Amino acid sequence: MDQSAAQTEPQHDSVTFPEGLTLDCGRQLQTLTVAYRCYGTLNATRRNAILICHALTGDQYVAERNPVTGKPGWWERVVGPGRPVDTDKFFVICANVLGGCMGSTGPSSPHDDNPAEPWGKDFPPVTIHDMVRAQKRLIDHLGIEKLFAVVGGSMGGMQALSWAAQYPDAVFAAVPVATAPYHSAQNIAFHEIGRQAIAGDPNFHAGRYWAHGVTPERGLAVARMTAHITYVSEAALTRKFGRKLQDAAELSSLGDRFEVESYLQYQGSSFVRRFDANSYLTITRAMDLFDLAADHGGVLANAFAGSKTRFLLVSFSSDWLFPTAQSRLMARALNHVAANVSFLEVISDKGHDAFLLDEPDFHRSLGGFLTGCAEHAGLK
Amino acid sequence: MSGNKKMRVDLALIAGMIAPKTRVLDIGCSDGALIEHLFRTKQCDARGLDLDMGAVTQAVTRGLPAMQGDADTDLTAYPDNAFDYVVLSRTLQAVEQPREVLRQMLRIGTHAIVSFPNFGHWTLRMQLLLTGRAPMTSTWNRPWYETPNIHPCSISDFFALCETDGYKVEEWLAVDEAGALTPWRRSQMLANLFGGQGLFLLRKA
Repeated sequence: MDQSAAQTEPQHDSVTFPEGLTLDCGRQLQTLTVAYRCYGTLNATRRNAILICHALTGDQYVAERNPVTGKPGWWERVVGPGRPVDTDKFFVICANVLGGCMGSTGPSSPHDDNPAEPWGKDFPPVTIHDMVRAQKRLIDHLGIEKLFAVVGGSMGGMQALSWAAQYPDAVFAAVPVATAPYHSAQNIAFHEIGRQAIAGDPNFHAGRYWAHGVTPERGLAVARMTAHITYVSEAALTRKFGRKLQDAAELSSLGDRFEVESYLQYQGSSFVRRFDANSYLTITRAMDLFDLAADHGGVLANAFAGSKTRFLLVSFSSDWLFPTAQSRLMARALNHVAANVSFLEVISDKGHDAFLLDEPDFHRSLGGFLTGCAEHAGLK
Repeated sequence: MSGNKKMRVDLALIAGMIAPKTRVLDIGCSDGALIEHLFRTKQCDARGLDLDMGAVTQAVTRGLPAMQGDADTDLTAYPDNAFDYVVLSRTLQAVEQPREVLRQMLRIGTHAIVSFPNFGHWTLRMQLLLTGRAPMTSTWNRPWYETPNIHPCSISDFFALCETDGYKVEEWLAVDEAGALTPWRRSQMLANLFGGQGLFLLRKA
């Protein structure tokens, strides 16, 4: 393994399943490690557990300081004592996804056939459903038969949908936020720009960059910059930056830079310090492959036939990456099988990222939904 | 129960028509007062639909299952007989296609419960007769060019539609402006003259 990485990387709590995992692609991982964090207390009946699913570049540090970046947990507004996902009432679990780079099995884990080297580009393609199956192992390991709720935004929302479709009896409530039942052509197109940027970086070395002691920083940064534009709305960018210049009052030379440019470059450069390029390739592909209707004979409603799970779907009005129309499509599919579904669109100009930001209507309704569900589930 | 006191009288009358432990869809659920009442007092599996996002957010925040949607377009998504009762209170006159909405309600539900302000009320007839202008009352309180009530009907009109489309009126009431019962329930003609609102329990004949 890369020794410099071993020295700087913090230890992540994890559990290893020696029996491995069979993937959708037909291949088998010989061992499976799932890194995770827990908050709050599991009650005597083991029925108060909420699984939080993270987005593309998130991790398991949902409600505490991140040991890699030193920043607050990515969803501390939503998860914590007295928060909508109240850790005083619920036992909260968050796991790093399969294919990730924060301790769960992924492209930087030891290769099954040659443990002296990481998988790198040889890591098998994984799907959102595979990620969920890995999480199910963790839940079983923790002795939890039925989750009270699965909550996630963006790719985390895809996982919440996959949970509800794959394990309907193990999910009392599901909250897919700012997500879609399939990745659209436009979404795939943006991902492909990112992947091409990584593959075109001379430091990529066909995915064996670790063997050369380098990382494809330029490519990964461009991938992140492109993706970041899709996470925000035009209105939010205008409000934040407009046409303001960096270190200049007015455009005096054509070499002047706009603030939005340096902001994007900062987003790109801070990202490469914490994220593995091969993980980025693996996870973006998993999102692209997601199509819940296709997995159920082309009919989305079939994914939820007979479901007893209570759903809350939330979208944000200025989210153009996972627009409200996608959530409405899911709501209609759930209506089609007479499932118990709540659906609302939060009015916000913050784009896709709104699900991570201060959105009181979203937080209030999520808290109210979970409280209502707790009553139906007989939780005190 | 505290929720009970605040509930509109017409919602209490609607709740009185609904059997315990049944499945209910409340179209135009607003903040969810009726669905909460039905869940707490009758153990119903009650859900709400409303056009207004603010109302839906309020209902969900109260822990009630509600979704944003449009009676005119979103009822088609539900399967046949998904509910025992589908409720539409004080909204029929404001939808684009009242006849189709009613048809959908009785497709997805065994019963439909409908209430609407009565356009046959004597005060409206008087105003039109004496002034020759579109009537304005406390119920019909917006001028013709901006009223959301684009399909006003009288209690007699509604009886006629039920007859035409083959719906059985299992129960009906006339209610005054404040929502109290008026004594015209035996006479359709008097109800149509003096009832402020009509309230109907229907099923397919």
